[in-house]
Amino acid sequence: MTDPHTTLSPLELESHDKTYLDANELIINMGPQHPATHGVLRVILRLDGEKVLGLECVIGYLHRGVEKIGEHRTYTMFNPYVDRMDYVAAVSNGLGYCETVEKLLNVEAPPRAQHVRVILTELNRIASHQLWLGTHALDIGAITPLFYTFRDREEILKIYEKYCGARLTTHAFRIGGLQYETYTGFEKEVKNFLTFFRPKIDEYEELLTTNRIWVERTKKVGTISAQDCIALGVTGPVLRASGVKWDLRKAQPYACYKNFDFEIPTGQNGDTYDRYLVRMAEMRQSVRIIEQAVDALPEGPIMAKVPKVMKPAAGEVYHSIEAPKGELGYFIVSDGSTQPYRLRVRPPSFVNLQALDVMCRGQLVADVIAVIGTLDIVLGEVDR
Amino acid sequence: MIAKLRGNYGSGIEPLTYAGQNYMAVDRSLIPEILQVLRNEEQFDYCADITAVHYPAREKQFDVVWVLYSFPRNERIRVKTQILDGASLPSSISVWPGANWLEREVYDMFGIKFDGHPDMKRILLPDGWKGHPLRKDYGILQQDNEWVQINLGIESGQ
Repeated sequence: MTDPHTTLSPLELESHDKTYLDANELIINMGPQHPATHGVLRVILRLDGEKVLGLECVIGYLHRGVEKIGEHRTYTMFNPYVDRMDYVAAVSNGLGYCETVEKLLNVEAPPRAQHVRVILTELNRIASHQLWLGTHALDIGAITPLFYTFRDREEILKIYEKYCGARLTTHAFRIGGLQYETYTGFEKEVKNFLTFFRPKIDEYEELLTTNRIWVERTKKVGTISAQDCIALGVTGPVLRASGVKWDLRKAQPYACYKNFDFEIPTGQNGDTYDRYLVRMAEMRQSVRIIEQAVDALPEGPIMAKVPKVMKPAAGEVYHSIEAPKGELGYFIVSDGSTQPYRLRVRPPSFVNLQALDVMCRGQLVADVIAVIGTLDIVLGEVDR
Repeated sequence: MIAKLRGNYGSGIEPLTYAGQNYMAVDRSLIPEILQVLRNEEQFDYCADITAVHYPAREKQFDVVWVLYSFPRNERIRVKTQILDGASLPSSISVWPGANWLEREVYDMFGIKFDGHPDMKRILLPDGWKGHPLRKDYGILQQDNEWVQINLGIESGQ
């Protein structure tokens, strides 16, 4: 095992306060088996009393070598593996991967497939945010939201199950489009879900938004400035809560997002409370997108013409999408064979987790749990 | 932009395009300077990713790739350079603090060291592990059996 004493990397950022460094220090090890780390994350905390002086993350407990596996599978065979990275947003992972390979092959999925992709991906964003909200609130001490969000998330998983037979690791998309046509009554069920779900967001908000305990545990906790976010490469709701209006769905639209009307919610303070508000608003925007996509769902083929044996010409492509956690990128180098020569995944959780140190310095040890929750990391994606 | 850089640095920069995406192959000797210029003058303020590709048949065995994005310009660019096996690169933490973990991952997976990195150690694999798994000469079933036997108390992880 590694020595528990840590050497903190000197991050020269504006929120790094050096005045604590002379205090009497206590080193505490949190995890890897800790219920509030959302998986197997080990955090070595340097404390002065209850105040956090700095911390170091030890990761890799779930490392399965996804990138190496990618080099030894054909493009089609690798598709289900991506679901196992961010397993609460498997559909988004699949969308990113399929679009990247489509770029390499120079094909485009037909409009109907694109619309179904958007519907399923946005449902997935809601499901991912629901899981985040439930577990995050549970960590902080509110147990009820977990039951509410899991009850409602079930409805999304039922739609997935009916569509492709799986609930979590769905493998819903294929390179070039979709394998399955939507089932009879798909549009109606999705619309029913939206009608059912809209008041549920208000219900979640009623439980938390003005709840005094929630507000005190989240306001001014884990604050990060927009400048630090950009310097550290932090993306997704964390970046937006710090006031940067940046979302890949708008900045560099993929799939058919440019057809839909939606807003990018932002916060101002970059604290845990603002990140909560941003994600709640994002769920409402996802509902808007799904509604438009269902209404505009065109008829037509669901699969583009792709060769049975995929051999993209030699070249390299980087493509990224706005996953529920931030920028999810794939960098694929092809050498003209049936397998990727190199397949790199740029996971949002891995890069966002780097900000934990900056966000926790000067906070209380109990807030570390709130900050891990608000970063919304999935360790399967951090470690790959 | 690339034309301007080429004007300043000459043939050390080769602009390339594939599938509508711009990237440039840059000579190793120009690397710290070009990254600085891209960050400070061309506004590429966000380093999305750093990674590497191994080509064992080549003399310069590794491609190291920086994926950059500019918020003001809403533009992406990739910078690519070739280095020898065993050679190191200057760390870009001073340019983008977020490069910290990304460089550690490149070291962990390929064995490429970054000079000036404050914490150049493995990130995903255990500290005592031997070998760098994303090199092409590292088999997909290969493991550091000695590490597995000592630390996990089993004969093999397979």
